[in-house]
Amino acid sequence: MEMRILGRLTAADALPLYSWVAIGGAVVTILGFLAIIGTITWLGKWRYVWTEWLTSLDHKRIGILYVMLALVMLLRGFVDAIMMRAQQAFALNSGGYLPPEHFDQIFSSHGTIMVFFMAMPFLTGLINIIVPQQIGARDVAFPFMNSVSLWLTAAGAGLVLISLVVGRFSTAGWTGYPPYSGAGYNPGVGVDYWIWAIQVSGIGSTLSGINFIVTILKRRAPGMKLMRMPLFCWTTLASSILMVFAFPALTVTTALLALDRIFDMHFFTNTDGGNLMNYINLFWIWGHPEVYILILPAFGIYSGVVSTFAAKRLFGYKSLVYATMAIALLSFTVWLHHFFTMGASAGVNAFFGVATMVIAVPTGVKVFDWLMTLFRGRITFHPSMLWTLGFIVTFTIGGMTGVLLALPPADYLMHNSTFLVAHFHNMLIPGALFGYLAGYMYWFPKAFGFTLDERWGKRAFWCWISGFYLAFMPLYMLGFMGMARRMERYDVAAWQPPLVIAALGAAVILAGIACLVIQLIASIRTRERRRDLTGDPWDGRTLEWLTASPPAPYNFAVLPQVRDIDALHEMKRRGAVYERPERYEDILLPRNTGAGVLIGGFAFVFGFSAVWHIWWAAAAALLALLAAAAARSFCDRTEFRLSASEIQQIEERRLRQLAGEEAL
Amino acid sequence: MNNAPTAGRYSLKRYLGGYVLALLLTAIPFGLAATAALPRHSVLIAVGAAALAQVLVHLRCFLHLGLRTTAPERLLAIAFAAVLILIMIGGSLWIMFNLHYRMWV
Ligand code: HEM
Ligand SMILES: [Cu+2]
Repeated sequence: MEMRILGRLTAADALPLYSWVAIGGAVVTILGFLAIIGTITWLGKWRYVWTEWLTSLDHKRIGILYVMLALVMLLRGFVDAIMMRAQQAFALNSGGYLPPEHFDQIFSSHGTIMVFFMAMPFLTGLINIIVPQQIGARDVAFPFMNSVSLWLTAAGAGLVLISLVVGRFSTAGWTGYPPYSGAGYNPGVGVDYWIWAIQVSGIGSTLSGINFIVTILKRRAPGMKLMRMPLFCWTTLASSILMVFAFPALTVTTALLALDRIFDMHFFTNTDGGNLMNYINLFWIWGHPEVYILILPAFGIYSGVVSTFAAKRLFGYKSLVYATMAIALLSFTVWLHHFFTMGASAGVNAFFGVATMVIAVPTGVKVFDWLMTLFRGRITFHPSMLWTLGFIVTFTIGGMTGVLLALPPADYLMHNSTFLVAHFHNMLIPGALFGYLAGYMYWFPKAFGFTLDERWGKRAFWCWISGFYLAFMPLYMLGFMGMARRMERYDVAAWQPPLVIAALGAAVILAGIACLVIQLIASIRTRERRRDLTGDPWDGRTLEWLTASPPAPYNFAVLPQVRDIDALHEMKRRGAVYERPERYEDILLPRNTGAGVLIGGFAFVFGFSAVWHIWWAAAAALLALLAAAAARSFCDRTEFRLSASEIQQIEERRLRQLAGEEAL
Repeated sequence: MNNAPTAGRYSLKRYLGGYVLALLLTAIPFGLAATAALPRHSVLIAVGAAALAQVLVHLRCFLHLGLRTTAPERLLAIAFAAVLILIMIGGSLWIMFNLHYRMWV
């Protein structure tokens, strides 16, 4: 066999010349990339970006980078979505504007991006910014590992993005089921892009999970007992436990698929003793907990928002904690509901059907707790509160369609139909994305020191929620009318009107996204008027509102003493906030390092080379990655000392600011 | 912070014993699979049993786990992990053997 330096990478295979739309996508991706590079160069900010952001080990900065990645990927994922909606609106008895091969790449990349590169970084970013502050800590337990996680996630996202320019993305859906994703039916690079993007970012997620668990268990301020932690910390803990235990299953499953594809093994082939159903089994052992990894942090955000903007202590704190942990455990016992139609015996299907319905119970408990918190509260209709109210109503509908799908006989009818597509969007958009957006608007002043414009926030909410109903309620109907998911064209005239309505809904969501962009730009422009000088713009109840906005690198000059669930609220009642300590002490902080960026970069080169079978480069990148990690472990100067006098200066300035604010 | 004993306090004997056991528990399944000395079904069971024993050897001899010497919250964490692994592996075996039975028997 002929050896080729660049593996199977050739210009003919690599360039997206198969459709005009694909060429357009490649051009937009390249232009977007150049625009970012160009802007930074034009502003002469490379040094600033590198030293203050890319190499930072400060959990707040890493968190902000995560959220920025998530917002960019949300745009990309949404472009995919609206392209599919447009295609299906036209494709009655015609090919529409997308060739089938391209349409299949789009639903695969949409699902992959939304789950792995929008939702995961969004929640990881919010957790990073907020959880250490809520438990009264100065950083996460492993600041360097945090940076590695970030850059591994970014490397995975980079692989998905570059697949639009060099080669193609998978056509096997976000689930990559064999045998279609096997080498026999899918010899190109698409599935490999999917596999390596997930491998690389999945390891980042596992590391994040470990980091958050240790942070929460080991870094709490004095008096912050577990049962005094804000609910967001509890849901983060639960979600991190799920990450640590579930993600290895995904890593192993996709690794076995890679072995099948590269070395002609037969774990999941139809022949030679392989069993493709085992792929589906293993995939969903990760897949179902993943749903809760995405949703639980949002539950925590809603809990904080409800309590702050109803100005009340959270109703049923303990029941919320127990419900969270119950959901976390139960989420490992239901995975077969994703493949009832495999045809297991009645006993197996009944067991998993019942287990699925049981999860609805703790979730229902939570809904009642939130409602009872709102009941007789003094409600402020901040946009975050609107996202929360929209969530409670909409998520309940999605939950009910879920209980319907949990009945195996009903699932046999609905499986793989657009009813399912409607159901999981009905869970993920209100259940996860609305929560992240609520958190984004709630905590933005904490991260940047000024608030977001509320009018544009409310407009965004109303567009998103009405767009959501328009876009997805017709899909429930279409499911009953027999429409399968992932259809590039169809010949049933009755399906077209609902599909047109769904496309209109996507257009309304587009308006919602436009509102989000305008909100951000308008708020940056008017930031001087919207400065948050107190660090506590919403009369907050938990510790993250005790720090300055944006917080000092060490968050707390003196670690707070916690006496209550609503720690800050209790301090305010005692009149014990913003007290001048007798003396300050030196604080050790993590020193910046480029090692995380380097490791992420090598992981990207490794993934790209593995996709194209450029084995020498893959081996070199892997070695370089290990060498970088090893070299870093020999570095002794990982921390620097911020002296007490510097801290005193920072804190005195803040106290003067607070005093001035009170005088006004 | 916590008073976890350092490795130096454990006897070399336990490390070496663990090492020999781990080697044995690796050699047995490889040997069985290579020589096919037992019927296929028994080989599978033996490999599984050796793997389980291997886990216990590691926990005991290398991670120094003991029911009385290890802090309760660590034992709890390990028990939790064991339950989840049991659910995943036990569930997979249940599901896949059930499918096998319905497809091939
Ligand atoms: C923002 C509005 C969104 C719209 C308009 C939208 C639209 C769509 C459409 C049209 C499909 C293909 C349906 C089919 O197969 O017939 C789809 C699939 C999917 N969407 Fe979305 N989506 C949106 C947001 C999201 C979000 C936020 C997530 C996850 C967090 C998500 C996850 C998925 C997944 C996993 C699939 C399945 C992909 C596959 O079939 O492999 N979507 N979406
Ligand atoms: Cu599920």
